Amino acid sequence: MAAKRAERLVNLVIALLSTRQFLTAAKIRATVPGYDADDRSDKADEAFKRMFERDKAELREMGVPLETGRTSAFDTEDGYRIARSQYELPEIHLTGEEAAAVGLALRLWESAQLAGAAHSALVKLKAAGVDVDSSRTIPLQPRLDAGEPAFEPCYAAARDRRLLEFGYQRPDEDVPARRRVQPWGVVAWHGRWYLVGQDLDRAAPRVFRLSRVVGAPKPTGPAGAFEPPAGLDLADVVAGQVGGEEHVVVVRARPGTAIGLRRHATPLGAAEDGTDRLQLRTTEPGQLADQLAALGADVLVESPPDVRDAVIARLTRLAAMAESA
Amino acid sequence: MSVTGTSDRMTRLLALVPYLQSRPDGVPLAEAARDFGVSEKQVRSDLDLLWMCGLPGYGPGDLIDLAFEGDRVRVTFTAGMVRPLRLTTDEAVALVVALRTLLELPGLAERDAVSRALDKVSVAVGHAGGTVSPVAVSVDAREEALAVVREGLERHRALHLHYYVPTRDERTERTVDPMRILLVDGHWYLEAWCRRVEGVRLFRLDRVDDVAVLDERSAPPPQAHERNLDDGVYQPEPGAPAVRLRLARHARWVADYYPVDSVAPVDDPPGGLAVTVRTADLAWARQLVASLGGAALVDEPAGLAAEVAADARAALARYEAEPAAGTAG
Repeated sequence: MAAKRAERLVNLVIALLSTRQFLTAAKIRATVPGYDADDRSDKADEAFKRMFERDKAELREMGVPLETGRTSAFDTEDGYRIARSQYELPEIHLTGEEAAAVGLALRLWESAQLAGAAHSALVKLKAAGVDVDSSRTIPLQPRLDAGEPAFEPCYAAARDRRLLEFGYQRPDEDVPARRRVQPWGVVAWHGRWYLVGQDLDRAAPRVFRLSRVVGAPKPTGPAGAFEPPAGLDLADVVAGQVGGEEHVVVVRARPGTAIGLRRHATPLGAAEDGTDRLQLRTTEPGQLADQLAALGADVLVESPPDVRDAVIARLTRLAAMAESA
Repeated sequence: MSVTGTSDRMTRLLALVPYLQSRPDGVPLAEAARDFGVSEKQVRSDLDLLWMCGLPGYGPGDLIDLAFEGDRVRVTFTAGMVRPLRLTTDEAVALVVALRTLLELPGLAERDAVSRALDKVSVAVGHAGGTVSPVAVSVDAREEALAVVREGLERHRALHLHYYVPTRDERTERTVDPMRILLVDGHWYLEAWCRRVEGVRLFRLDRVDDVAVLDERSAPPPQAHERNLDDGVYQPEPGAPAVRLRLARHARWVADYYPVDSVAPVDDPPGGLAVTVRTADLAWARQLVASLGGAALVDEPAGLAAEVAADARAALARYEAEPAAGTAG
């Protein structure tokens, strides 16, 4: 930002903070340095208006609470002021340990989506007298995947409660489908970003992987267009969608094999042929069948029949592969 | 409205005077620069600008006044800029979500401090923190190994691990010198110097079956450097042999998960993708192909497909020899 404009904006904030009266645009123009003086020409008036509108928009965007109103019934136009109580960050006193926790927590966003907001939050806390020692760390470093271009528009639409439209490409479909969603929020769940919201065409809550969003999501309509359900836990919605009915699978594994499988299995003892019977539980029988097929002859599925058949179908396809290559 | 806010400089300009005001003894310029995450030159230029600002009237007694003593600066007149601006919604979300995420971490000794900080911050951000937050971060908090590994790291002790290696489907034992713990893509990792392979390795904590803190001091050698994980845990090995696969439509996700060299749509299989993965670990490639259950065709290396197919035929023979329970006599 040009130094001249920055200086004007700082002076504007100071002037509006220091007044109890509402200052009209004309008064501001005459007082705050940096605005073109009134030479009674329409051109200068227009230039001032444009400049002042831009300045107000910039301040509002930064979160400066500009009030409009009239000081007395005799005023002929609205003026502006900033209520100090609305502007100022309330008192906050953190102990050294608490401040260290804040510094550590904000490292979550390091080079991730809200890095800019995290940085300016830190700047404001420091300006409030909190000594956040960013160098103190504990050796735990949560990291979020930064490379998700759909994050920002999805997050902003959820924050502003605006309807969102986007193309969504499921891996098993050839062309992206158009989705219209009331975005409730964006969730990092097991390291992947999801959008949770009400799908308007399907009239039901849906979970979308951000990496499958095609192109830039487009917010439409006014802000505040809907309310997410009260008491909503975004992570629960994602977990519920991803999890499902539990299947119990029994397999026989040759001794000393299928080490990975055994880590999550309940041993049922030895079978007659000397193999180990193992009980597995899964909400994703398809994925388990993939894993079991990859173990080849070391593991045989006893039950249920559908998982056994799924594994045999995979093995049959794999067995046919040599000829095609 | 953008997420990062329009102007870092405006945020800083409005924060600088209150920052100095809350430090009445003054602050070395270098420290202020560090606190604001900018250069000393930038802080100096910000202060020069603020010196020109003040209350209407803009006479000598109205302008912001600063005193420089040696390398320290303090504010002597604030022109009413005594507190920083409130947090925006984005800033409040970044802060509150980060603290909530930290609270989820297991084995966190500072839990009470984090919880108190969260309470105080929530009060200070007021309106912005009250409603449903538009973003949430859920970390896997069930890792029992995490507390033990962390203890080793903080006490500078070596660790003894029983570690499961999925690509070879085997359990290994090793002594390591811990370097750091990270959460990447939803999984906890220990980065450590592995004495067995004499190299830096990442150990995914959900694959640690047993871990013990040793009395021995941890001593990663000078050549043990932290890996840069900006591009994820799986890193392409540029010089490694190429594994060329053609993925069927429902296996196209593989291209999202692993670092692939080149991606091109193909018609065989219909709607498929041709990808190249570079890896020296052929056991891993073989397992990947087998776990895709025929949804990946192998173009290279020669022999990989035949090996996978032979394994599958051996398995099928076993199923034929042992019909399903219930149908067996």
